[in-house]
Amino acid sequence: MSKSKEVAKPFDGEHDYDGGLAVIDKNPVQDPGMEPHRVRMTDKSPAHEKAAARQVTALFVFSMISSFLAIVAYFAFPLSHLSLGNVRANTLFLGLGIAFGMLAIGIGAVHWAKTLMPDAEVSEARHQTRGSEEVRARAIEIINLANQESGFSRRKLIRRTLYGALALFPIPGIVLFADLGPLGEEVDAKLRHTAWKKGSRLAKDPYGTPIKASDVTVGSVFHVIPEDLKEYNPDGSLNAEYLNEKAKAAVLLVRVDPIDLNPSKGRENWAYDGIVAYSKICTHVGCPVALYEQHTHHLLCPCHQSTFDLSNECAVVFGPASRALPQLPITVDAEGYLVAQSDFNEPVGPSFWER
Amino acid sequence: MANKSNKKNVRRSPFAAVLVILAGLLISGGGYAAANAVVNANTNVEYTAAQQEEGKRLFAANCASCHGKNAEGTKAAPSLIGVGSASVDFQVGTGRMPGQASGPQLIKKEVQFTEAQTEALAAYVASLAPGPSVPDEKWLATNGDTTRGGELFRINCAMCHNAVGAGGALTEGKFAAELKGVDPKHIYEAMLTGPQNMPVFNDNNLTPQDKQDIISYLKYVENNPSAGGEELANLGPVAEGLFAWIFMLGGIVVITIWLGAKSN
Repeated sequence: MSKSKEVAKPFDGEHDYDGGLAVIDKNPVQDPGMEPHRVRMTDKSPAHEKAAARQVTALFVFSMISSFLAIVAYFAFPLSHLSLGNVRANTLFLGLGIAFGMLAIGIGAVHWAKTLMPDAEVSEARHQTRGSEEVRARAIEIINLANQESGFSRRKLIRRTLYGALALFPIPGIVLFADLGPLGEEVDAKLRHTAWKKGSRLAKDPYGTPIKASDVTVGSVFHVIPEDLKEYNPDGSLNAEYLNEKAKAAVLLVRVDPIDLNPSKGRENWAYDGIVAYSKICTHVGCPVALYEQHTHHLLCPCHQSTFDLSNECAVVFGPASRALPQLPITVDAEGYLVAQSDFNEPVGPSFWER
Repeated sequence: MANKSNKKNVRRSPFAAVLVILAGLLISGGGYAAANAVVNANTNVEYTAAQQEEGKRLFAANCASCHGKNAEGTKAAPSLIGVGSASVDFQVGTGRMPGQASGPQLIKKEVQFTEAQTEALAAYVASLAPGPSVPDEKWLATNGDTTRGGELFRINCAMCHNAVGAGGALTEGKFAAELKGVDPKHIYEAMLTGPQNMPVFNDNNLTPQDKQDIISYLKYVENNPSAGGEELANLGPVAEGLFAWIFMLGGIVVITIWLGAKSN
């Protein structure tokens, strides 16, 4: 064809289809046609055909055996006998049995189709999707009739209020996403404050034993929760807020040589003789930052590797966190136990909208 | 009269001064020994002077070049005064000391000293100043409360050492060691002394019973099969993801190719 690029003519039922190209190239790639038919071994040789049939049969038999073995394993390694080895064997053989039970059916079926079922090539005509001119004209007629009869174009008020209704009906669903987090006064209660108060004793996670300042030697790390945060209320009922409050109030208590601390103005009395307490909740996404390196004074968060420098009020020295860890001001009470002077001076953990 | 003069004679005899001094020495010395006994309540080992001498000799030959002639420390290594026998038993007993090369962290190597030599070194360092001592055998038994030990391990240790002690990475080339195959005595001593960048877990933070529970938990996990099947080095999601991407996805690709290929 020596024509320049032109738009294809529509299919009119008389001429050969042109392959559905929107644009006809000057030098199109020649249609290579079908591959020459390759005769399979199973068609040429009856021995191969029998072998293939045996393989398919074997696969189906293997499937039956696997399914049966899975049932046997269920009773041979009963979960009522709770040893680790037993649980492991039960899970393993049940899984393998069921897996091969199903996989062997699939592989057998595919193998059957590929080797034994007829493999003659078949071509299917591919018509142009564009309709003929009469069909297109008729379609336009019908659309116009529908418009006339429903009055969609004519009745402006109906049409416009329909658009309004369709635009607004998904909005309540989108607004419901606000339930994902606290709103309004709830933000203050739930996100700005923790369970730490003036006089709360620092206690060891998880048993709640209070900590004396003399217990904390240089290089020690204590994992701390407020002593007055209890799992059960005084009346014996479960404290519904315990886990949420514990998740915010987790604190890391560390003792360093006082020389290594560089408190900023106003924070000189937040430490006690080299003992400092910092929030354990990473200011990046909220993982507990507890990997303390004794000699470098670095606190590493394991999730995204934010590193905080304890000798510089936990300023960020590496990683995606953008704010230093909040510091809990501590002191000792009359009996020598470490207590908080107040709550943190800023919300703990990651940023949130109202922060 | 004779009795009185006898008594007077004893008090004013020239030997009275000797007797008074002797009494004073006995009282103060005995009091000191009694106080010392309370401080060393944990130690089940009493080091002999011979061990201390041997330790001093070994120290001068192997350790003094970095730690100083009197273990006072140099630029290359910290002072060992006050680190106690527990530190020495851990560092030398696991092969970390004598330290091989400077770097972010000391590597565990072949143990270079015999048990007797390790004890001698521990005796010498312990004689320099009081410090944490080698634990009593009863805290190393693995019949503690493994549930409680597991809870304490997850709170205090798992963030660096992995939930079952498979080890983990820290910053800038440092790492938390794998705990599999480590002697219970060395686990105890590591907790007690806080080697290198590991924090110190003194006996007021994790009581000896807590430590024993943790050791029991670690040994239980080490000696029992994992309920979930092949542990893949206990490294958790990363190892399992690697397995899935390579073997499972590879298998799926192979099956997909096989599905579309003609039979020969």
